[in-house]
Amino acid sequence: MAQFASTSISHPVAIPVIPVRELMPYALFGGLLMLLAIYFVGAEQGATSLIHGRMVHEFVHDGRHLLGFPCH
Amino acid sequence: MTRTFLLRGMLVGIVAGLIVFAFARVVGEPQVERAIAFEAGMDQARGEAPEPEMVSRKLQRGFGLLTGTLVYGAAIGGLFGLVFAYAYGRSPVTDPRALAALLAAIGFVTIVLVPTLKYPANPPAVGNAETIGVRTGAYFLLIASSLAAMVLSMKAGRYLSRRYGAWNGYLLAAALYVVIVSAVSRWMPEIDEVPAGFPVTLMWKFRVASLEIQVVLWAALGLLFGWLTERDLNSSRTAA
Repeated sequence: MAQFASTSISHPVAIPVIPVRELMPYALFGGLLMLLAIYFVGAEQGATSLIHGRMVHEFVHDGRHLLGFPCH
Repeated sequence: MTRTFLLRGMLVGIVAGLIVFAFARVVGEPQVERAIAFEAGMDQARGEAPEPEMVSRKLQRGFGLLTGTLVYGAAIGGLFGLVFAYAYGRSPVTDPRALAALLAAIGFVTIVLVPTLKYPANPPAVGNAETIGVRTGAYFLLIASSLAAMVLSMKAGRYLSRRYGAWNGYLLAAALYVVIVSAVSRWMPEIDEVPAGFPVTLMWKFRVASLEIQVVLWAALGLLFGWLTERDLNSSRTAA
C-alpha cells in the first residue's frame, strides 16, 4: 500500500489488484461456508434434509417465506 | 486484504440482517399472519385438523425470523465481500463507494429481481408440498443461470466497450443478459399453485413486502460496505 500512498490526489490512483491466487482459498472455503449457511436458511428440511425432522424448517419458516425461498 | 473484505462483508451483512429483521417484522409479518389465517380457514373448511404447531408462532416471527435474516445477511455479505475483493482494481469503477453500490445493485438484480420475476415469493398456504423438490431445484437453477449470464455479460461488456465505447458496449452486454435469462426462464417449468380464493391483495402485499425486504438488505449492504471501505482506505493513506 505504501507506494500508492505518496501519489497526489490529482493523479488517478493505481489500485492494487488482489491476485487470484491470494483470493482463491478465501473464495473456496468462505464461499462454501456462505452457501451452506444460505442452504440452511433457505432449503434445509424442504426438498432435501441433512438433519432429521422439521425443526430447522419450522424455526426459520417466516424468514424463508419472506426472503423468497420455496417453502412447504 | 481478502480477509478484511470477507470479514467486513459478513459484519456489514449482520448489521443489514438486523435492519431487515426490524423491517420484515413491521412490513412482512402482518401478511404472513393473514396468509396463515387463510390456510387455517382452508383446512377447517375441508374438515382437516389444523397443522400442528411445532414451533410457536411467537418464536417463528421473533427469534426464528431474526436467525434467518442474520444468517442470510452474513452469508450474502460474505459473498459480497469476496466479489468486491475480486472487482476492486479490476473494475473500471475505481471509487470504492461507487463500486460497492454498483455491485450491490447488480447482485440484487441478478440474484433477487430476475429470479423473482419467474418464481415470486409465496406466502404460507400457497404451494403444494409434493412439488417442493421441483420448485426448489428450479428456483436455485434459475439463480445460478442468472449469475452465469451476468458474469458472461460483464465479460462481454468489457470487450464490447473497448470496441464501441462504454455506453454502447455495456448496453449491448445488458441486452445479452436479458436475452440469455429470458431464454432460460422460458424453458424452465411453469409453477402456479395458488389455491382458489386466496386474496389477490394479500398476495400482492406479501410479494411487494418480500421484494422491499431484499431492497433494504442489498442497499444496506452496498452502502455500508462502501462507506467503511472508503474510511479504511483514507485512514491508511493518511497514516502512511
